[in-house]
Amino acid sequence: MTSTPLSPTSVSSVHKSPRFTLTRGLMYLGLIVAALFFLLPIYLLIVTAFKTPDAINLATTWQLPKFLNWASFSDAWAKVGGNMLNSLFLAVVATAISAMLGSLNGYALSKWKFRGANTLFALMLFGMFIPYQSVLIPLFQFIKSLGLYGNIWGLILAHVVYGIPITTLIFRNFYADVPDALVEAATIDGAGFWGIYAKVIFPISIPGFVVVIIWQFTQVWNEFLFAATLTSSGSQPVTYALSQLAGGQAVSWNLPMAGAILAAIPTLLVYIVLGRYFVRGLLAGSVKG
Amino acid sequence: MKRLSTDRLWAMAVLAPSIILLAVFVYGFIFRTAYTSLTDWGNDPAQAFSLTPIIRFIGLQNYHDLFTSGLNTRFRQDLVSTLFFTIFFIAGCLGLGLAMALLLDRNPKAEGLWRTIFLFPMSLSFIVTGTIWRWMLQPQGGLNQLLHLNPASNGWLTSRDSVWSFDWNKLPLITAVLVALALLWVGWQALRSAQRTRMGVAFGCAALLLLWALVIGPNVKLLPAPELHGFNIAFIGIIIAAIWQMSGYTMALYLAGLRGIPEELREAARVDGANEWNTYRHVIFPLLAPITLSAMIILGHISLKIFDLVFAMTGPDNGPTDVPALLMYITSFRQNALAVGAAIGTVLLLLVAIIIVPYLASQFRSQEGHA
Amino acid sequence: MKKSIKNALVITAALGLTAQALAANKIEIFSWWAGDEGPALAALIKLYEAKYPAVKVDNATVTGGAGTNAKAVLKTRMLGGDPPDSFQAHAGQELTGTWVVANRMEDLTSLYKSEGWNSKFPKAVIDLISYKGGIYSVPVDVHRSNVMWYVPANLKKWGVSVPKTWHEMLTACTTLKAKGVATPLVMGENWTQQMIWESLATGMLGAQGWNNLWNGKLKFTDPKVVATFSMYGNLLDCANKDASGLSWQQATDRMLAGQAAFNIMGDWAAGYMTTTKKLKPGTDFAWSASPSTSGTFIMLADSFGLPKGAKDRTEVINWLKVLGSKQGQDAFNPLKGSIAARTDSDLGKYGAYSQSAANDWKKNTIVGSMVHGAAAPESFTSGFGSINDAFVSNRDAKAAAQASQDLADKSRIGM
Repeated sequence: MTSTPLSPTSVSSVHKSPRFTLTRGLMYLGLIVAALFFLLPIYLLIVTAFKTPDAINLATTWQLPKFLNWASFSDAWAKVGGNMLNSLFLAVVATAISAMLGSLNGYALSKWKFRGANTLFALMLFGMFIPYQSVLIPLFQFIKSLGLYGNIWGLILAHVVYGIPITTLIFRNFYADVPDALVEAATIDGAGFWGIYAKVIFPISIPGFVVVIIWQFTQVWNEFLFAATLTSSGSQPVTYALSQLAGGQAVSWNLPMAGAILAAIPTLLVYIVLGRYFVRGLLAGSVKG
Repeated sequence: MKRLSTDRLWAMAVLAPSIILLAVFVYGFIFRTAYTSLTDWGNDPAQAFSLTPIIRFIGLQNYHDLFTSGLNTRFRQDLVSTLFFTIFFIAGCLGLGLAMALLLDRNPKAEGLWRTIFLFPMSLSFIVTGTIWRWMLQPQGGLNQLLHLNPASNGWLTSRDSVWSFDWNKLPLITAVLVALALLWVGWQALRSAQRTRMGVAFGCAALLLLWALVIGPNVKLLPAPELHGFNIAFIGIIIAAIWQMSGYTMALYLAGLRGIPEELREAARVDGANEWNTYRHVIFPLLAPITLSAMIILGHISLKIFDLVFAMTGPDNGPTDVPALLMYITSFRQNALAVGAAIGTVLLLLVAIIIVPYLASQFRSQEGHA
Repeated sequence: MKKSIKNALVITAALGLTAQALAANKIEIFSWWAGDEGPALAALIKLYEAKYPAVKVDNATVTGGAGTNAKAVLKTRMLGGDPPDSFQAHAGQELTGTWVVANRMEDLTSLYKSEGWNSKFPKAVIDLISYKGGIYSVPVDVHRSNVMWYVPANLKKWGVSVPKTWHEMLTACTTLKAKGVATPLVMGENWTQQMIWESLATGMLGAQGWNNLWNGKLKFTDPKVVATFSMYGNLLDCANKDASGLSWQQATDRMLAGQAAFNIMGDWAAGYMTTTKKLKPGTDFAWSASPSTSGTFIMLADSFGLPKGAKDRTEVINWLKVLGSKQGQDAFNPLKGSIAARTDSDLGKYGAYSQSAANDWKKNTIVGSMVHGAAAPESFTSGFGSINDAFVSNRDAKAAAQASQDLADKSRIGM
């Protein structure tokens, strides 16, 4: 991770004196225009979700609802609620397993380098870029032969495996910043592979885990292709349920909109509360293997 | 760190499960799909969904059909669409992301709030984004109303118009000319920096390509009849939605890059009498170039794989906004042509690999050096 | 009490007992009937639940016009060896050409015998669901594909009469455009456009010609078939440009709202207009056979079968018995806007449209729908969607005909 965490404090001393000048005015104008681009769809999402089906007509698309129709949400919950619980279970379990694997892999790759470790790692990383269409049919044949087809564990397995590259990448880079001297010191104390992991590495891994967990949770929660093909009706996650809610006749738009809000809330909350770590996960996925 | 080999063995043992899983789930399955794409699975309906299908090896026939058969115009249009989509999507994300990063770099008040606003779509699912934008882009509502656009001429997702059409038969010709032009540019640069060999090679290859394009190229025919492919206007809405979702990502990358530029460099430029624009042009932008490259590669592979967003916005079966990833889905599961679906999946993989493999290789070659 | 049962279920599931242990009292019914078609299915399920109160019905619907999405899901499940207990499939090639030939369905001949259904369903329908001497599904309804809908008051206002032939349709189109109706014919997403071609081809080729397309006696490259594409091109000029973004309901809505004069759509539209829109058939909306096809009934039928390896076989057979019963068909069809596949249904329970359709069903020449899987296998139907897309943008009738023939050869039609 070459990234510097986005900490405003480190640079706030630089351009001082934010006096109001023309350029600063233009800057704020630019920011406002950009913010409108990002927020208008959300405004429309929310007002539509709160309208009753007959109050949604194209002429009054942008107007506020006359009253708040909470029924949209209870109706949407009735259709996607069970799937949200599926998603929650799926995302929590898959994230926990792949984070643990990633931490161990990252430790092994960064602190116990062996010949060809980098090549091996590059081969592992390739797995996070492949289009899943190119493995889809063998994947579900395999999952079927394991007897996990249509079962949420099959989906968990897929997410864990395809999550290994990114979690390994993030931990490997995270541990690369841990001074080797610390490891050396522990070796001199007689600690071996597991001893060092338990005493030196794991205790300082919390930020790494936070980044990985947020990233992986968001990815698993938002994933669609596996969700649509590896599950049957009892185990479908929320993205699939939402696509159904929105993909059908779609005459009453309040329902898919309310569903979209429900499906978005968990990841959005994670993002707003732990935004900085989220950004670090983002950057980790792209910069410097 | 040369230590007891038991610890080293532990390291390998810890890695082993992940390596085995990835070997199977990535390389094994890719191999399997590639093999399936060389068979006739699904061409005989009786075998498609049989529990014990009889599958024959037919070599590259499926690929040959995809690129030349009259029944696969959709696949070829999808390739063209993906290319256009990728170009506009990357350009849009880079442009908007850089603009937002530059604005935020000027330390506005409540910077954290602005950043949160620009970045939150990244945390959403493409399905959520697609659902929202599908509603925004209804011809009679949403965006058209907001901007007072005429629904009849701004059908967004429902448009069937296409621009910049070209004949698929001319594809080799167009490619040759484009590559020749690129080589000419390389040669011109070499000429200016007086690198004689490079100039010679570049001009020589360009000349050969152009000669081929003039003499042989026009007679190359992939298809019996001309077949037009272009940029489908219906994609514009999907591109906007994709930029909406992903430009925060480039913003974050650029902002991290900008914050990483030492203030002394900017100072030095200022001392040299450079105005703001020149500082950006000669100091800052060159330093951001590697970030731009990374972003292009990451965004590029996302756009080649795009599936969920299109599925949510225009459904699984809308010709004008079709992409290869969706076509694979439809071909396999609706048309029951499982081998052809595998071939489409493999083509998709190759496209991604063209972008990703050199990237990974370069990342790790430079690392292997000082590792 | 209920809670403790639920807990018990959770615990058994947690103990890892197989699904079979719990299977004695559940059934999963897989269909694409949600939204406006939902109530009809619900009525049927209600009837089933009344008869078998101990069975828990899992109504697994996957939405999306004409079942496009449902088919993808169904296939992944069948490939995954996890068949739904009973799934919806159009009677005809969609059932036989995909599932029966692959040996995935159970032969229901004995059920037909024990229920005495052989004399209750018309032979034309039984033929569609038969393959090499076996019968493989139970049809629940019959729909008509070639129906044209309009609002009589609107036509009167615009001063046009209902076109009897496609040429009259073109004339009406010109008149309507002059009167300010920009899109006299409204159509929706891809498959609804194909239905227009289906009506058109049947009208121009005649019932026998249409059948000959599917038994290989008439080639798509025949000038007569090329002419159907040319005519289709003319019709597209009368239609809305934003079709691909409209569901069939939204297209029907436009016709009702007077933004268009005609809508060619299967007769499920009658169910939508009467049940959902609460409109009065005959006055608020009216219908005729689509131009040039009067006397021909392009049919499609939904049917349910018993996949091999279904987890709840007994429940499925009971479900099929309910489906095939007179009571079941008369509970389902009036709400769905379809007519019963059985010939002995109680017409008094049906709406005005269905009574007229039932009448036509008895008198007309019956042919199968291509779009809805009766006449052509899925490999053809799916590929035809792309041909339609290509034609809509390039309007090249010859190329479309040639591509159709290539597709027919590839799908082994007439072989």
